[in-house]
Amino acid sequence: MGINFRQETFRDDYTFRNSPEFVRRFPFPFHEDAYMYAVNIEPHVQGPKGTVFENLIDVDEHYVSEMRDRAIVLAEDPLRCQSLPHMTLAGWDLLELLMTEKANSYPDHFSLTREGDRWRWINRPLGIDDTFTFGDLSTLPYGPMEYITRQSQGDFCILDQRDGNLWMDAGMVTTQADWSLDFDIGMNFFEWHAPVPLAHEKGIFTRALKFLTNIQQGKPARRLNWTMTINPRLDTSPENYHKWGTDRATVTPENVGDKVHLRVELQSFWRLPRSNALVFPIRCYLIKMDELVTVSKWARRFHRVLRDLPIELAEYKGLTRYRPTVIEWLSKYDDGAPTSPGFAPD
Amino acid sequence: MPAKTILSRPVYGTLSPQTGKSHLFVADAEGASAILDLAKKAPDGFFARAHIMFIPDTSRSQFQAALKALKPAQFYEGPSIAAALPRLRQTLANAHMGLRIYLAGTEGLIGQAMQVALEAGIDHSSIQTEHRGSWARRVQCVHCKGITENVTTQPATCAHCGLLLLVRDHYSRRLAAFQGVCINAEDPSEIPQKEEIFR
Repeated sequence: MGINFRQETFRDDYTFRNSPEFVRRFPFPFHEDAYMYAVNIEPHVQGPKGTVFENLIDVDEHYVSEMRDRAIVLAEDPLRCQSLPHMTLAGWDLLELLMTEKANSYPDHFSLTREGDRWRWINRPLGIDDTFTFGDLSTLPYGPMEYITRQSQGDFCILDQRDGNLWMDAGMVTTQADWSLDFDIGMNFFEWHAPVPLAHEKGIFTRALKFLTNIQQGKPARRLNWTMTINPRLDTSPENYHKWGTDRATVTPENVGDKVHLRVELQSFWRLPRSNALVFPIRCYLIKMDELVTVSKWARRFHRVLRDLPIELAEYKGLTRYRPTVIEWLSKYDDGAPTSPGFAPD
Repeated sequence: MPAKTILSRPVYGTLSPQTGKSHLFVADAEGASAILDLAKKAPDGFFARAHIMFIPDTSRSQFQAALKALKPAQFYEGPSIAAALPRLRQTLANAHMGLRIYLAGTEGLIGQAMQVALEAGIDHSSIQTEHRGSWARRVQCVHCKGITENVTTQPATCAHCGLLLLVRDHYSRRLAAFQGVCINAEDPSEIPQKEEIFR
């Protein structure tokens, strides 16, 4: 009943792909044929089997390979994982959250045994069996946030809540869509979102902050965000932009299907019990255009979204150089038929 | 400059005398004139509890005498911001409740003094700032992490790794720097002309 973990790469030879059942569970982010910013936050509750919402912390077939890619990034650039000194307790909170969610949802793969503060954590896919004392830094090989996020898909931002604002005071960020934790650490909610176009004027961040600062323990929330990535590269960091930026100039009508990916972030928001911090897991899902068009509703809709996207958003998301080529390619899959409402395949 | 801005970019005000037990001023070059303007509004005896740290840069003869004439309890004149920072650190480490901080001058001076104050545990919103003089920027290269001082052009060359950087308005108080991101990463053969815009 376990997951069949793929051995694949997110760099160099780029062997990443989704198996057919994982294409069907892809969190397609457009509920209609157009896209504009909205405070699209909803309760993070379990969804149907065969969707990424089946479990609140999703583990999928890419888990083992994604964790290998994270280890490569951290060896090259340890600044991708940072925690300001007052955030250690929140790190322990996060460790507890991720261990308990994983052990409950995937008992074949993970187990957690607690005897008082003495915890035993078994992570079978990664071959880890550690016993440690909860709250005692000397009993883990890394700080608690780094330890558990080296074993968890997605980026993690831990936000301290004070003065009616949220402060980006810790994080593990190796699969980001072009923002730098090293630069943004210590900033408040408005400051780290400062470069985002259009949304400030629409009052998006003021309303989002109000919602987020009121999130209660045990009642997490979520939203989807999206961009596009050339080649299935997880590490699209600004730090390495001068290394991967040229990929954006390599898109041709012949290689769109394999090279161009829709990149969806499932962001969830959780209150942590001891520290009263919030954690934002930002989980990244990639799907090739060849895979996306196997669902005809998604092909039609994504063609329309991309074609009609406001130019500021296209520029902010870095799509400008290859957008016309991708629209042209997708147009072959759009016969103009109406699409049904909602995200799901027909 | 700059009319349209973003929310991470610092907003500077006008110095005004605050209620407090003691007052620390840090200024460079024309920042001195902001202190002199504040002095016109300050109550009697205000500077008897003040410490002025001044980095004259090129403005030496113009302001030094006027600042001394305010008769601050302590007056320091330093050759550069970097040289002044250890003294500032020690002053803040030994400071007591009731100290008010005033920063005036270039963005580089305000940013770096603010950075030291933050490290000392002082809330940035309690610090008075006023910009005077040059708008030259400190820029962190997001790629190599090196900081280039006194950037006046757009784009600018990283003094450490040599990449050609787009200087963004995105600003980090913790680093006291604007962000620089490679401007021609997608096509290195494009070499945009540098324009002198941060003056």
